[in-house]
Amino acid sequence: MNVTKHALTATAALLLAPSLAQAEISGDVVKIGYLADMSGTYRDLAGQGGLEALKMAVEDFGGEVNGAPIEVLSADDRNSADVGANTVRGWIDQDNIDLVAGMVASSVTIAVTKILDQQGKLGIVSGSAASSITNEHCTPNHIHWVYDTYPMAHGTAKAIVDEGGDTWFLLTADYAFGHALENDVETVVEENGGEIVGKVRHPFPTSDFSSYILQAQGSGAKIVGLANAGSDTVNALTTASQFGLVQSGQTLAGLLIFLNDVHALGLDVTQGLQLTTGWYWDMNDETREWANRYYERTQRMPTMVQAGVYSSTLHYLNAVAETGSDDAATVRAQMAETPVDDMFASDGRIREDGRMVHDMYLVEVKSPSESEGEWDLYEILRTIPAEEAFRPLSESQCPLVKG
Amino acid sequence: MTTIFGIPLMVLFGQLLLGLINGAFYALLSLGLAVIFGLLKVINFAHGAQYMLGAFAALLGLEYLGLDYWLALLVVPLVVGALGILIERVLLRRIQHIDHLYGLLLTFGLALIFEGTLVNLFGVSGSSYPVPEALAGGFNLGFMFLPTYRAWVLVAALAVCLFTWFMIERTRLGAYLRAGTENPRLMQAFGVNVPLLVTLTYGFGVALAAFAGVLAAPIYPVSPTMGSSLLIVVFAVVVIGGMGSILGAILTGLAMGLIEGLTKVFYPEAANTVIFLVMIMVLMLRPAGLFGKEA
Repeated sequence: MNVTKHALTATAALLLAPSLAQAEISGDVVKIGYLADMSGTYRDLAGQGGLEALKMAVEDFGGEVNGAPIEVLSADDRNSADVGANTVRGWIDQDNIDLVAGMVASSVTIAVTKILDQQGKLGIVSGSAASSITNEHCTPNHIHWVYDTYPMAHGTAKAIVDEGGDTWFLLTADYAFGHALENDVETVVEENGGEIVGKVRHPFPTSDFSSYILQAQGSGAKIVGLANAGSDTVNALTTASQFGLVQSGQTLAGLLIFLNDVHALGLDVTQGLQLTTGWYWDMNDETREWANRYYERTQRMPTMVQAGVYSSTLHYLNAVAETGSDDAATVRAQMAETPVDDMFASDGRIREDGRMVHDMYLVEVKSPSESEGEWDLYEILRTIPAEEAFRPLSESQCPLVKG
Repeated sequence: MTTIFGIPLMVLFGQLLLGLINGAFYALLSLGLAVIFGLLKVINFAHGAQYMLGAFAALLGLEYLGLDYWLALLVVPLVVGALGILIERVLLRRIQHIDHLYGLLLTFGLALIFEGTLVNLFGVSGSSYPVPEALAGGFNLGFMFLPTYRAWVLVAALAVCLFTWFMIERTRLGAYLRAGTENPRLMQAFGVNVPLLVTLTYGFGVALAAFAGVLAAPIYPVSPTMGSSLLIVVFAVVVIGGMGSILGAILTGLAMGLIEGLTKVFYPEAANTVIFLVMIMVLMLRPAGLFGKEA
């Protein structure tokens, strides 16, 4: 297993400041494990860049909490629930880890958070999409930080139906995540007076979408919604552009698209596409300042997931410092009490189901002529307020909410 | 309007045409595999990676050297083919006398190295390659909008397939090659430089993969993983057609494209599996493949 250890600091301060609070930090060290897809489909979304963001947070915090050094471990889960679960078990048993961060593929996350719950350790999920992570799979031991399928589907679909896009054709990835997204979109479209006129469930993954795009063109729907992710979305968008789908009067709606996808596809293909995001680097001075620092280290602009890793790690370390403890329940309570106010969110709040709720943004991809640089990709159309964006607690199936 | 199983005939035409275009890719790739297997008896697992290298070479050539599409179509197969020759001379040659499974392992390892290196350098999101200006746009066939580039892919791939078939089945060089496949020792006794023939054949097979890669670059996002998913399907095509059969590889490639295209209309959920179902049926009824010789 390629677990790399980074003993970041072991400073003399540790010897000089034996404070009382420090006694509550287990092993006199705070250990954070970063688990993510480092080599597969989701590498550019989280991957090494997320680890870099985590290290930035640790460095910005000073490398130690109340005199206890902060150590960062990382591992590639290869999008496999087995690999992820075994890694985390090892981290808990042998390394006495305090926090697991990152976590991308929803299947890995659900497996890992179950272990964290059994072992009483804390997890912060930044990469995963499934809204079930804080719904039926919620635990008191993990927090879902950046986004989930609920706001992605609702934000985008509702905005489009409101603007008159009332007939939809859906291209759905044929597995649990795609079905969930499809279901979310159908509900929103129909609730707002729209109609689903057709859909295709394509195998996961698919490289050639021409047949499905042709079927979408034949359906006569105004909107072609993409209930898939990653390379499937990228392939579908490329093909749609080649077959002149937009030119023939239809509009594309991406339901789970990230900055790295738009960057890879280029503006010629993606211009005019509307999507929902939890964060964008070019929103204000604070986001730009952080993003530029990140860019200097990685030569890429951060995705919302990478920004979320930074934000959540700092929030965690602040809570550890405040309580002088690395006990999961204590830190979790402190984190929930403090609003999240940083470059990522303003007045974000962690709910009892573990969902961190914050403003989301409906954006439109710029046209090549509007864009002023390689990473100048989004124009923000609307801020979706936190209380509107995420699944309301009244609809929650999380036992922590009911009981 | 005439319909077949509830699908308008016109829509069906469109889907069949698209299937044929995909089939042309399968044909081109499985042709390379079949040529290599025929003479070297090596199952070239690096074929997908070599296809990917073709697409990447076109992309990087455009970005850094200003190499335009038409030139890339000519130069890239030569460059990647030369890399193939190097691989054959330096690596494959050393293991040709032992079990052919080692060739499979070696090429599989090479594929992982190529992919891993490019993932590290460029990430997995991939980049897009612009469609050459002369082939931009498309035309309306009445029943569908056909991008000019896809039509070109069909023509170019079929032309190269036919050219290869002609070279192998109808020329003196091809006769040597076929004879070398049957009995390399006898050929050597007749004064034919079989090792050179082997090297050039591998280089040619790799060049075919790279050519397919350049053709694919403007259609699919160019990413380090683009070859690995396609490779499995292409292997199935080769197995269905019969290992080492040139004509079998071409015809099966086109036929599988059509079958896949129809599946995408009638039962899209099975689109990725249908070729393997055909493969299982063929293996049960004709283990040597549709065009293969019974052993």
